[in-house]
Amino acid sequence: MSAGRTFLGYRRANGDVGCRNHVVILPIDDISNAAAEAVARVVQGTMALPHPYGRLQFGPDLELHFRTLIGTGANPNVAAAVVIGIEPNWTRRVAEGIAATGKPVAAFSIEGKGDLKIIEEASRVAVQMVGDATAIQREHIPLTDMVISTKCGESDTTSGLGSNPTIGRFAERFAGAGGTFFFGETSELTGGEHIVADRITDPLQREKFQRLFDEHQRIILEQEANLLGSQPTEGNIAGGLTTIEEKALGNIQKIGQAKIDGVLEMAEAPTRRGLHFMDTSSAAAESVTLFAAGGAALHLFTTGQGNIIGNPIVPVLKLTANPKTVRTMSEHIDLDVSPLITADMTLDQAADATEDIVVSTASGRWCAAEILGHKEFVLTRLHRTA
Amino acid sequence: MAHSFLVHAPDDVVGVAVQDIEPGPGVPGKIQSNGDEFTLDVVDPVPLGHKVALRPLASGEQVIKYGIAIGRATRDIRAGEHVHVHNVKGERWA
Repeated sequence: MSAGRTFLGYRRANGDVGCRNHVVILPIDDISNAAAEAVARVVQGTMALPHPYGRLQFGPDLELHFRTLIGTGANPNVAAAVVIGIEPNWTRRVAEGIAATGKPVAAFSIEGKGDLKIIEEASRVAVQMVGDATAIQREHIPLTDMVISTKCGESDTTSGLGSNPTIGRFAERFAGAGGTFFFGETSELTGGEHIVADRITDPLQREKFQRLFDEHQRIILEQEANLLGSQPTEGNIAGGLTTIEEKALGNIQKIGQAKIDGVLEMAEAPTRRGLHFMDTSSAAAESVTLFAAGGAALHLFTTGQGNIIGNPIVPVLKLTANPKTVRTMSEHIDLDVSPLITADMTLDQAADATEDIVVSTASGRWCAAEILGHKEFVLTRLHRTA
Repeated sequence: MAHSFLVHAPDDVVGVAVQDIEPGPGVPGKIQSNGDEFTLDVVDPVPLGHKVALRPLASGEQVIKYGIAIGRATRDIRAGEHVHVHNVKGERWA
């Protein structure tokens, strides 16, 4: 990829680069969903992000909740945010976190006023925000100024043969040209974790990776459960994947031969450019939500058997190398790289096609998940509620 | 299309079907990393995406794919046999 390749995007007040221009109505907790969704019904051009959590959480689980909500509002695809919660303190905390980016944010708490007053007050602010946001013009911006993430789902052996190596070649080019690229799926490195660890250039970052990986293994192993059917999933097994090791070795094809520059906690924003591992769940919606909270503005999602996931604020582009999935689930597939497995396409051609569809999607073209209305916003929980 | 299955690396003991394979002699395969071509007598139907044994594997032997172990054979496996959860188990989380 030439470092000069540009797309039409949005540069935010803090310099971050987005490819969408959402005004979001973000509830802090489950019981504020109704007000947030009411505002989004009244004020066109806004989008509510309902979720089932945010009450009586504590410790690391609460910190992750805050970090994910703040990161979501701070994401460069978000032009402005209205934050609504039941209590003032947590609501203010999230709003202040988002406001640090310099974008317009307004916070409302429902206790003592009720839904209807808050819906009216929040809607009046949202009207102004949509007017301002829609006045922002897209501009030419280097593609490598935008953060891109990747994840695979309902993988099969064609993922390891075709679609994941395609992303690997793209990642080598993109990170090599100075772009910031996230991958994750901590449990899904099992059997290939040594390969990932060896690629991490900074010893301190490598130690951080090993700590995050070992902690996730400990949680899995202490359940003493048979994971066959969960990880690998039934779909993975139907597609020919036999063990977690096989799935992991296919998974890590998504970083090609690139060196890893940094290691991130869940929803943590990077402090430098380059290829980053982020500790995430391997479930599609959870991990894309975490990547977006860490600043990813576009997601490259590979599938074998046909995962259909989307995200409310980030376009999730889908690639597959499975010709059956291309035939049976064509409406979900943005890029068909199945000619790779019949040697009718080279990896460089597949990576070129990926680069082209990234540029057009980042410049405004809707991807399949956006057209089909997939808006999976799923928060990761670390432990039980108090 | 020349090949019916692909092999990631030269040391691998399994190949991956890139189309549904019916049992029969002389099924063409290709090694992805170096382009080498060869044939295999396949003894089971192998659906697209599923694995086929390139040589006999003894019970307990490591199964190599991508040049790395992905698990162990849980029973003896013949060359050309379908390789999956019925005859291979992972070594992690086991």
